[in-house]
Amino acid sequence: MQITINGKPEEVQADTVMDVLKQKDIDPHMVAVELNTQIVERDRLPTTKVQDGDKVEFLFYMGGGA
Amino acid sequence: MSFTEEQITRYSRHILLPEVGGKGQKKIAQAKVFVVGAGGLGSPVALYLAAAGIGTIGLIDSDVVDLSNLQRQVLHHTPDVGRSKVQSAKEKIFLLNPDVNVETYEDRFTASNAMNYIAPYDVVIDGVDTFPAKFLINDACYFAGKPLVHGGILRFEGRVFSIVPGQSACYRCIFQQPPPPGLVPSCQEAGIIGVVAGIIGTIQATEALKLILGIGDPLTDRILDFDARKTAFREIRTKRNPRCPLCGNHPDVTELFEHEQEACQLQAPGALGIS
Repeated sequence: MQITINGKPEEVQADTVMDVLKQKDIDPHMVAVELNTQIVERDRLPTTKVQDGDKVEFLFYMGGGA
Repeated sequence: MSFTEEQITRYSRHILLPEVGGKGQKKIAQAKVFVVGAGGLGSPVALYLAAAGIGTIGLIDSDVVDLSNLQRQVLHHTPDVGRSKVQSAKEKIFLLNPDVNVETYEDRFTASNAMNYIAPYDVVIDGVDTFPAKFLINDACYFAGKPLVHGGILRFEGRVFSIVPGQSACYRCIFQQPPPPGLVPSCQEAGIIGVVAGIIGTIQATEALKLILGIGDPLTDRILDFDARKTAFREIRTKRNPRCPLCGNHPDVTELFEHEQEACQLQAPGALGIS
């Protein structure tokens, strides 16, 4: 299945958004995840399905400023 | 209000722009912007807003200038090491543009003083370097109905977006809460390439001016991430989250509070490299 991750098309074997995170080796506590412009909260990552053509964005925390 | 000959000359390149003109320059001169943090992001924001002729710039910071700040905090110069950041900032702003009224607050921005501090201002700028402070600013601006320009930087990367409370996605719509302590490093631990503060801060200043002038398309419901290693921007379209703990349909955050300060140690460098 092909999905777009952070703007780049990628081949993934995944049923849920959590599967995508695991495949990319990303700790879900370190990112906000958006599926087709909709934020998917951490508790819903394991139950939210991904489909061919979906757009997934990972937003890592960036806490600096000073 | 009317401008003197000198002011007309000073702001002539703004006044030439049809989207600004004399009318827009007056809006700028009457605007009040509150900048939380007089550091990496606060420096370019305050300098460019001062140059633009913002009527009042409020600056809050409880820190003194450290030698390690000078690599990016361009408000402060070498002789300022050890001096109050807001005092140092006020002097530089005055030298750049004496038209600007600078209100300085040598204080921490806290849940108990946040609402009072932001009340007189039209736009708020996030220039802080901790997650608890970023969430506090977001929440305070929501409760006060003040537009906020968020900024965040780390290593070679930066992020900026604007929030119009109740109308566009807020910080909590995206990140419901701070990361677990120790998981995400601070600039102090992980480093920051100084210019990224300049790039993100000048975009924050641009957004503040656009909000004041009511021109263009605000950076709302769009998150702009910058990666200096690639010199690439990524725009992430977003929208208000009905499950947002602050501005969603069933909010849990109903009053101001401060999240626990994250522990100052890094556990896992993790998968930050992805993009």
